[in-house]
Amino acid sequence: MATLFQGLPSSTAFSSSNKFNHAPAPTSFSGTWNNERKSSIVTVRSDARWSPVLNSATHKPQRLITNAVATKADSSLASTSSKPGHELLLFEALREGLEEEMERDPCVCVMGEDVGHYGGSYKVTKGLATKFGDLRVLDTPIAENSFTGMGIGAAMTGLRPIIEGMNMGFLLLAFNQISNNCGMLHYTSGGQFKIPAVIRGPGGVGRQLGAEHSQRLESYFQSIPGIQMVACSTPYNAKGLMKAAIRSENPVILFEHVLLYNLKDRIPDEEYVLSLEEAEMVRPGEHVTILTYSRMRYHVMQAAKTLVNKGYDPEVIDIRSLKPFDLHTIGKSVKKTHRVLIVEECMRTGGIGASLTAAITENFNDDLDAPIVCLSSQDVPTPYAGTLEEWTVVQPAQIVTAVEQLCQ
Amino acid sequence: MSLSATKFVHPITTPPSTRSSDKPLFSTFFGSNHTKLRFNKPIVAAQRRSSSAASTSSPVVAVSDVVKEKKLKSTSNLLITKEEGLVLYEDMILGRFFEDMCAQMYYRGKMFGFVHLYNGQEAVSTGFIKFLKKEDYVVSTYRDHVHALSKGVPAREVMSELFGKATGCCRGQGGSMHMFSKQYNLLGGFAFIGEGIPVATGAAFSSKYRREVLKEPGADEVTLAFFGDGTCNNGQFYECLNMAALWKLPIVFVVENNLWAIGMSHLRATSDPQIWKKGPAFGMPGIHVDGMDVLKVREVAKEAIERARRGEGPTLVECETYRFRGHSLADPDELRDPAEKAHYAGRDPITALKKYLFDNKLASEQELKAIDKKIEELLDDAVEFADESPLPPRSQLLENVFADPKGFGIGPDGKYRCEDPKFTQGTAHV
Repeated sequence: MATLFQGLPSSTAFSSSNKFNHAPAPTSFSGTWNNERKSSIVTVRSDARWSPVLNSATHKPQRLITNAVATKADSSLASTSSKPGHELLLFEALREGLEEEMERDPCVCVMGEDVGHYGGSYKVTKGLATKFGDLRVLDTPIAENSFTGMGIGAAMTGLRPIIEGMNMGFLLLAFNQISNNCGMLHYTSGGQFKIPAVIRGPGGVGRQLGAEHSQRLESYFQSIPGIQMVACSTPYNAKGLMKAAIRSENPVILFEHVLLYNLKDRIPDEEYVLSLEEAEMVRPGEHVTILTYSRMRYHVMQAAKTLVNKGYDPEVIDIRSLKPFDLHTIGKSVKKTHRVLIVEECMRTGGIGASLTAAITENFNDDLDAPIVCLSSQDVPTPYAGTLEEWTVVQPAQIVTAVEQLCQ
Repeated sequence: MSLSATKFVHPITTPPSTRSSDKPLFSTFFGSNHTKLRFNKPIVAAQRRSSSAASTSSPVVAVSDVVKEKKLKSTSNLLITKEEGLVLYEDMILGRFFEDMCAQMYYRGKMFGFVHLYNGQEAVSTGFIKFLKKEDYVVSTYRDHVHALSKGVPAREVMSELFGKATGCCRGQGGSMHMFSKQYNLLGGFAFIGEGIPVATGAAFSSKYRREVLKEPGADEVTLAFFGDGTCNNGQFYECLNMAALWKLPIVFVVENNLWAIGMSHLRATSDPQIWKKGPAFGMPGIHVDGMDVLKVREVAKEAIERARRGEGPTLVECETYRFRGHSLADPDELRDPAEKAHYAGRDPITALKKYLFDNKLASEQELKAIDKKIEELLDDAVEFADESPLPPRSQLLENVFADPKGFGIGPDGKYRCEDPKFTQGTAHV
């Protein structure tokens, strides 16, 4: 049950802004930290440093995605053969990324409940068990703590497991293993063992799924040292982040959202891997920086439509990397607009927004003209009733009001 | 079951003639004679300790059958050769002397925190680990010094780690409860009980994966998971028994039942104290063995490890053992009955092995004394090495948090924070 949003009108045409082909870019850091497996594919950075075409001074989109989602209208007008890439839904993009990585490296395996024969509760692993076998796509018994620990033990001894939580909330049962072992073992072993595991699953507030199936675990996990957290929001970044997470030597938690699995978009045919630590510029602007991630990106874009009609020019950034924050992209934006609005689905207390507010205040206080506004979900267990559920999460109207107030 | 005013009577395994309820129950151990374990006898409910092995539904060959075969094949009546005997003796002495040295060093202020000593349980570590190849995995708990030593981690590195020096096996970052060694395949060292068992299950899964998916020819590594009686009431234990049996993972679950979880007697914490019985409930053999006798442990270990290596699946081995010291060096150890301690002190595994070696003319007093001296010198050297080793410098603070330090993210200046020189100095604020 996905909501499709109209893309924003923008000064650049659709085709030119979606540049999927980039010249291979050199990595900007020294060779010490390159991944062991070198590949010839592009690591896409939102930084325009290497590309001569893109010019930050004229505010041309650098790695712009004007359309978060390709609309039905768009795809019916244009013929599919004239555009680059192929269309698919977000869960298919995740599956594509997963499948490509499993083909590339035989040590990559998946484990979780119903990932094998059932194909995954959200079909992310559909067909993989038939293709790769029952051991590579392992159906586990319902024992989150133990199979997460098993994945960690497998990662320590040479495999690269992807551990799926059927719903992110179930990973609360695995907290012992995620916190103590996943995050800490590399350090307590003095660097001897690495844990290249990926922990992923759907989370967030769905449609009347009830309190326990509507949890946002990013706030609980964010303090664990030694892990990285990323949240995907479009088919494009879902596939890219999935691949990056699998290739990373660090343990990565990939947050997907229950309501975004059926988003449709066009993604490149060529192989691409995104950077785990970077944020994504969704819409450049002048007046206010709106930081968001996952499903709230779409509420923000919907609000942005209204705001543009009212004469505002919001800059929207999908932070993508929940831990660590991409302070460069965020900082550049703050220095430009001097106003920050954070829109998130996490709880008010101790959420990602709270940490982000602190980080921005610490680093960019002098650049702020107004206090940071953070719109988060209410500190309420998500109610079942549809109306109540709607009021616990941030809605586009609230975003519009907040921007108006901020820009006074 | 009657409730006295202040104390519980211990449950149904009490025979009518038992002693009063306020003493932890133990009876004269009816242990097997040291050449075989009894097999297929019904459990004598009266005894807390029975030596019956796996239930009849278990598919595994009984240990006694294996031993009978061995007796037929070998020319002598003995369970070990001289060389093996000396290896076992040396390993146990190393464990014992090392732990005694730890206590000394702790009270001299050279090491801190929680230190859990293994005195008295050496037969389990030596009995099992000496059957392993270097590639086999061992997973332990916080009582891991001797497992590390048996697996081959040099005493110098373990001692340094305890002193918190940079030359320790974990660079001083782990400590007493987190011994790791990639070289010797020691996967830890875990502070929370039970959390190592899934990791061990994962290592066994890795082994099976390499054999069946990657089709590596020699991939038959076995994993040993060591843990205590307290852990056997923990969910992770049962979840892993299930998964290991389900997928026939090459793992042996070794329970070091020393009857006490800090101050909680096993009998007060467990509805059915016979842990070995929990194996057959999951479809794997459950074996009980006298963990104070290294030769008996060896027999069981050999069979269990070879079974796992052949791909027949896991085994649950309950070793009845005892720790001579308190739970940790901070434990005053006031709860345990002195008579109980004396009973088990009389079954000291090292004394027992010595007696076996002498009685069977496998070694002389001098040879054993030479080994004692060798180990003492080794330990003196280890302490000296640890003393003289440097403490970890500040620059080590932020290393090893991530295998790929890009995980610290991108700083406001656009560069990865790990490129900031303050990171290598350890002064950057993350």
